[in-house]
Amino acid sequence: MPTTEGWWPLVFGRLSFDALPFYSAIATGAASLVVIGAVVVIGLLTWLGRWTWLWREWLTSLDHKKIGIMYVIIAMVMLARAVIEGSLMRAQQAMAFDNPGFLPPEHFAQLFSTHGSIMVFFMAMPFLTGIINFALPLQIGARDVSFPLLNSMSLWLTAGGAGLMMASLVLGKFSTGGWTGYPPYTDAVFNPGVGPDYWIFAVTLGSLASTMTGINIAVTIYKKRCRGMNPFRMPLFCWTSLCTSVLMIFAMPPLTVATALLALDRYVGTHFFTNDGGGNMMNFANLFWLFGHPEVYILILPAFGVYSQVISNFSAKILYGYDSLIIATMCIAVMSFTVWVHHFFTMGQSANLNAVFGIATMAIGIPTGVKIFDWILTMAWGRVRFTVPMLYALAFMVLFVVGGLTGILLANPAVDFQVHNTVFLVAHFHNMLIPGLLYGMIAAYTYWFPKAFGFRLDEWWGRVAFGCWVTGFCLAFLPLYPLGLMGMPRRTQEFFEPDYLPFTIVAGIGALFLLSALTSLVIQLVVSIRRRATLAVPGGDPWDGRTLEWGIPCPAPEYNFAVLPVATSRDTFLAAKEDGTAYAPRRAYHDIELPRNSMTGVVFGLALAAAAFGLVWYMWWLAALGVLVAIGAVVARSFVLDTMRIIPAAEVRRQDEAWLAQVRRLPAADRDHETTPRNQGIAEAPAP
Amino acid sequence: MGRLAALAPVLLLAGCGSGISFLDPHGPVAATQRDLLFQVTGWMMIVVLPAIFLVPFVAWRFRRRRNATYRPNWRFSWPLEILVWGVPIILVCILASLVLGKARALDPYAPIPSDLPPLEVEVVGLDYKWLFIYPEQNIASVGVMAVPVDRPVHFRLTSDTVMQSFMIPALGSQIYAMAGMVTELNLMADRPGVLMGQNTQFNGFGFQDQKFDTLALPQAEFDRWIAAARTAGRSLDQGAYALVSQKGKLADLRSRFDFDPQKGLIFSTVDPDLFGTVVSRYRAHADHGNTASDHATGEHHHADH
Repeated sequence: MPTTEGWWPLVFGRLSFDALPFYSAIATGAASLVVIGAVVVIGLLTWLGRWTWLWREWLTSLDHKKIGIMYVIIAMVMLARAVIEGSLMRAQQAMAFDNPGFLPPEHFAQLFSTHGSIMVFFMAMPFLTGIINFALPLQIGARDVSFPLLNSMSLWLTAGGAGLMMASLVLGKFSTGGWTGYPPYTDAVFNPGVGPDYWIFAVTLGSLASTMTGINIAVTIYKKRCRGMNPFRMPLFCWTSLCTSVLMIFAMPPLTVATALLALDRYVGTHFFTNDGGGNMMNFANLFWLFGHPEVYILILPAFGVYSQVISNFSAKILYGYDSLIIATMCIAVMSFTVWVHHFFTMGQSANLNAVFGIATMAIGIPTGVKIFDWILTMAWGRVRFTVPMLYALAFMVLFVVGGLTGILLANPAVDFQVHNTVFLVAHFHNMLIPGLLYGMIAAYTYWFPKAFGFRLDEWWGRVAFGCWVTGFCLAFLPLYPLGLMGMPRRTQEFFEPDYLPFTIVAGIGALFLLSALTSLVIQLVVSIRRRATLAVPGGDPWDGRTLEWGIPCPAPEYNFAVLPVATSRDTFLAAKEDGTAYAPRRAYHDIELPRNSMTGVVFGLALAAAAFGLVWYMWWLAALGVLVAIGAVVARSFVLDTMRIIPAAEVRRQDEAWLAQVRRLPAADRDHETTPRNQGIAEAPAP
Repeated sequence: MGRLAALAPVLLLAGCGSGISFLDPHGPVAATQRDLLFQVTGWMMIVVLPAIFLVPFVAWRFRRRRNATYRPNWRFSWPLEILVWGVPIILVCILASLVLGKARALDPYAPIPSDLPPLEVEVVGLDYKWLFIYPEQNIASVGVMAVPVDRPVHFRLTSDTVMQSFMIPALGSQIYAMAGMVTELNLMADRPGVLMGQNTQFNGFGFQDQKFDTLALPQAEFDRWIAAARTAGRSLDQGAYALVSQKGKLADLRSRFDFDPQKGLIFSTVDPDLFGTVVSRYRAHADHGNTASDHATGEHHHADH
């Protein structure tokens, strides 16, 4: 029995039987799902005898492609949870007119806090990090990122943070302070429980991981480009990844500082953000949004890069205004640090200050608008093929413009005084994040999936998912604009204005479509795996691609390129196909050096996650042990001398020549058969 | 106004509720905000409509099977580039001038021009209710607030708990209320009505109930409301304040006071220093109770008394 005396608190800290989620049926169900899911996965792995394989092939891998895939898996799992949470909230609000509904306020508040925290830190960030990790080294003709071990550490820190979010479902209650965690509400005075601590440490793990990822990706782009790949020959996705990683490097530390100071307030009684003792929550708001605003561009820029690749690829046309798009991306990156005050126009600073930040915010709309028109001009005089990634790109362009309009409205302090903290704002940022980020990530997932696994994703289910994502978004979030103009506050569990009800019901129906979209993605994956033989694209070029990553087999070999490519233009692979040299015999092969697997990243990330769990529950021994193990792992790694392994030239030659021979046997598919089994990854040159 | 016509659907949708939204404004601030919303939306149509129209049009016109002119290497055109950059730049300049002009006039701290001196109201954010103090009339109310029509109201706000955001949409701007700090807001009602007021900053599990009725009354009726309030027979001294400020919804106060939650809890007299006491409670050194924006600009500087 837990007591406040004796050995129990020494070992278990605040943890007691009260922490079990029996306060509501939904919480119990969700926690049971997590536990059952974990048990099933562990059971399956044991039953299939796959533990060793998992450990050797995946968990300890330093291969950027596998790390990228693992990131995307984390993102997909967390996406499933957070979409369900969002749907629960929409269902609640659809019945909440003068009616307490089925979610009590406390549970509702936990839901919007976990939904936001997960979607931003453990869905969007891992998704884009995974996509960048996977595609970027392939696009710049590299064998790996600059710091493969750091990459693994970032992954496992992210996994640890996601694990902490999952633990909060099972043990204790999560924060109710929203994804922004504003003090003084999240201070110990008002919220002494474990909730805000869960939020602080999950977010801190995620922010540390992103800082390291940012450094890794930026250095990779600076240092690892292949011969001939001067910066202005890089695919646009590399440019947006570069801007994103630079933003990560500069924007994540303010968040880490903000959460660290908040943790100090809660754990040792400092007064950084408290109501009394000289604390001031406005400092938190500034620090948080100093991260938070660049963060939204961290989220959107990789998607912009994906759209640039997809639109150019499926319009069979070179990207229009390449330099212009780079300049626009750079403008957005720089200006993203100059607008953070627009998140709290209503905090009482002077009109002039608000005006400056409002105008700076509008100015960001200029390069964003330029990008949209450049993409439209990329399609012009091309030959547009309506494949799934292209459909997402088209839907993005139309819907994103609506979000841009509402963003400009919100940038006006005077309008913001009316719609700040209302569902208008909720609609705006979902309008940017779903058609912007999420569609981009799903497009990227569809586009590069063959490169990762060797077969395409099922087209029909892809289209069903696309239809559901678009319908669901429009129904679930467009009604929130008028609702917000009618003054409905965000995060409200119940409302008393009859005028709101029709809109919340439509939004609830939209949530059903979003759930269907998620389900369709799962079905698509299952169906594709079953039909992988007919969907296989061993030739490596399923989309008649233009950039380097399409000139190698599908799935990509662990060393990426048998012979490092030489970039000759912006669309090197397309040029090679036109010259007929795309699959020419290589002159010479060399030994390839690759990093050996390492358990350092796994131990480091999970030890820090355990330390975070210990801090949340006041298990000081666990916190200390976790930190010591993490440090010990890094120290121990420094004694490992044999960190690289060699793939002999003869082996590379054998594999590569076998693939080239296979390519010569494969039928070429014209673009009419792009989505049929005839497409085996060799594109037929178009008739001139 | 063609721009207004474009917004008719939104108006029809959102204009149906009365007293809950700035789309049906009851005061000059809300009316200006509504006009600004339409104006900005109208200007934005210059880029929004072409984009929304061009995406499906271009994609369909240049679809693969149509075999239209194919120029796979067409990548740049100066005239188009100047258009693509120039139009948004000019547009943002226009919108920026709107911000500098109208938006600054709508500064919550800016007094509203009027022949009458503003009515002073002190607002204290409590957990799940708002306390309104009328220092000149020496009365206070919880969960209901009356303002005279056609006379500016000058609010001074603070919080005795976490941060909140005070908002009466039909009258105009919202502003945060923070402990130990004073923010200000100037609003005016220009026609009578019962208007919805609320807190929009989540502050706990009674957040959804933190609403109040704002009674915009003609001057004579406002005077009657004040006179009636003076007969309530309750005094808001420190003891009563301790009860009122306990965490809970307005209706929870019925166990302590006998009142109708629909009409709000009225106090016939009020401790004149109450607001200042609440603000200085969070101050380590009782300074002059500067407004929240001091450190930012120093422009708004008021002293508490």
